[in-house]
Amino acid sequence: MEKTYYDPADLKKFGDVADFQPELAKKFFDYYGDVFKDGALTAREKSLIALAVAHAVQCPYCIDAYTSDSLEKGATEQQMMEAVHVTTAIRGGASLVHGVQMMNKVKKLSM
Amino acid sequence: MIKTLRSQNHSLASGQEQLRFLSNGIFGSDKLPTFREKIDTLGEFPLKPTNIEIFQVNVGYMCNQVCKHCHVDAGPDRKEIMGRETMQRCLDIMSKTNIHTLDLTGGAPEMNPDFRWFVEEAHKVGVKEVIVRSNLTIILANPKYHDLPEFFKKNGVRVVSSLPFYQPDKTDRQRGEGVFVKSIEALQMLNAVGYGKEGSGLYLDLVYNPGGAFLPGNQAELERDFKKELKNHYGIDFNSLFTITNLPISRFLDFLIRTENYEEYMEKLVNSFNPAAVKGVMCRNTISVDYDGYMYDCDFNQMLGLKVDKQAGQHINDFNLENLENRHIAISQHCYGCTAGAGSSCQGTVA
Ligand code: SF4
Ligand code: SF4
Repeated sequence: MEKTYYDPADLKKFGDVADFQPELAKKFFDYYGDVFKDGALTAREKSLIALAVAHAVQCPYCIDAYTSDSLEKGATEQQMMEAVHVTTAIRGGASLVHGVQMMNKVKKLSM
Repeated sequence: MIKTLRSQNHSLASGQEQLRFLSNGIFGSDKLPTFREKIDTLGEFPLKPTNIEIFQVNVGYMCNQVCKHCHVDAGPDRKEIMGRETMQRCLDIMSKTNIHTLDLTGGAPEMNPDFRWFVEEAHKVGVKEVIVRSNLTIILANPKYHDLPEFFKKNGVRVVSSLPFYQPDKTDRQRGEGVFVKSIEALQMLNAVGYGKEGSGLYLDLVYNPGGAFLPGNQAELERDFKKELKNHYGIDFNSLFTITNLPISRFLDFLIRTENYEEYMEKLVNSFNPAAVKGVMCRNTISVDYDGYMYDCDFNQMLGLKVDKQAGQHINDFNLENLENRHIAISQHCYGCTAGAGSSCQGTVA
C-alpha cells in the first residue's frame, strides 16, 4: 500500500483532534466558527482570504476545504485565482523586499 | 452537444437502476445513514403531506437543450409528451379542489403543442397562479416562440427561469455553448414587456443551481450578486432568485459517479442534513403529474419512477384528495438533496 503523509480522508477527521485535548479543541473550534461568520467582512470574503492563506501555508486540507467553500459561497473562479495571486504577490514580495537588507549589507561591506 | 442517458442506452436512464445505486454503496454498507433512518430519528417517518396546493405538471421531456445536470434527462430526442385529454383531466381536478397553483415544467414545457391552450384554460377554470419553468433559450429557438413573452404577459403567467450563473462561462459549461447569450437576450425580451419590473405584477424569478458537486450558497447573498451583475452588465431586472441543490439523480448522478465525486457529495449532503428543512420539503404540498397522467410526490420521484403510494390512487383518473393527503411520501437517498443546508425546493430554500 502506498504511504503518504497526506490523506484526503483525514480532512474529515479534523474534529477528532478534540479526542486528545477536548477543552482547548472546543475553544479553538468555537473561535474558528465565529471567525468565519458574516461580520465586517462577508462570509464569502473570509472564505477567499482563507483560500489565499491556505496557499501561503500550503495546507492541502485547507486548499481542498476552501476551494469547495468559496464555490459554495458563490465566488467566481476569477476571484479565487486572484486570491492565489495575492498570496503569490505577498510571498514573492516578502522575499524581494528582503533584497533591501541584502543591498544594505552589500553597501555597508563595499568600499 | 452531450447526449441524453436514454440515447446512450445508459443503465442510469432507468429509474430502478438509479434507486438501486442509491440504496447500495455507501448507504448499503452502513457508512452513511439512509434518509429513512435519518428522518425516523426525528419522528418524521413516514413523511406525510400537508395540504395539496400545487399541481406540478410535467408536460413532456422534450427540450431544446441538454444540460449536464438535468434530472429529467431531457433533450431533443425525448418524445414523451402530454396530450390535451390529460391536461383537461388536470383542469377538471383543479376546478373542483383548492389546488391554486399550476406549475408547468418539462423538458421545455413550451414545446408541447397544447401548452398555450393549457395555460389559457387554466385561467378559465380559476387557477390562481400559473407558473412556467422556462429555460429561456426556447424563446429564441424558433420564430414561433418569439411571442412567448407577450403570451405570458397576456395570461399573467409567472415565469421561473434557470440561469445558473451571471457569467457566461459557468452557465455555458453547464447548459451548453451559447446558452448564456441567448438567455440574456430572452431575459431582455421578458423585461421589455414588463416582466421583473416593479409594479408590473409580472413576476420573473431566476433559479441558481451549483455548477458542480457542491452546495448552493446563501440565497439572499447570491440574489444580491445576480441583481447587481445582471443590471450593471445587461440592464436586466428580475424579482427573486431561488437557489436549488443538485439532486443526485439522472445526469447529475452520472456526473458524480464518472468524476468520482459521488461519495463525497453524498457525505456532504448527509452531514448538512437540516431537520428544519424536512418540514418544508415540497412534496408535502405538491403533486407531480407526468405526461401520462400518473402522480408522484415530486418531479424527482417522477424521474425515478416512484409513483405515489398505491393506496392513494396512482393516476389522475383515480384522483382522490383525501386519500392523497393521507398518503405516505416515497423517499430514498436523493431526498437528502432537499434537506441539506437551507433546504431546497422549486421555490428555493425552505429553512
Ligand atoms: S433546460 Fe431544463 S429540462 Fe432542458 S435539459 Fe436543461 S435542465 Fe433539463
Ligand atoms: S426528493 Fe421529492 S420526495 Fe424526496 S424530499 Fe425532495 S420533494 Fe420530497
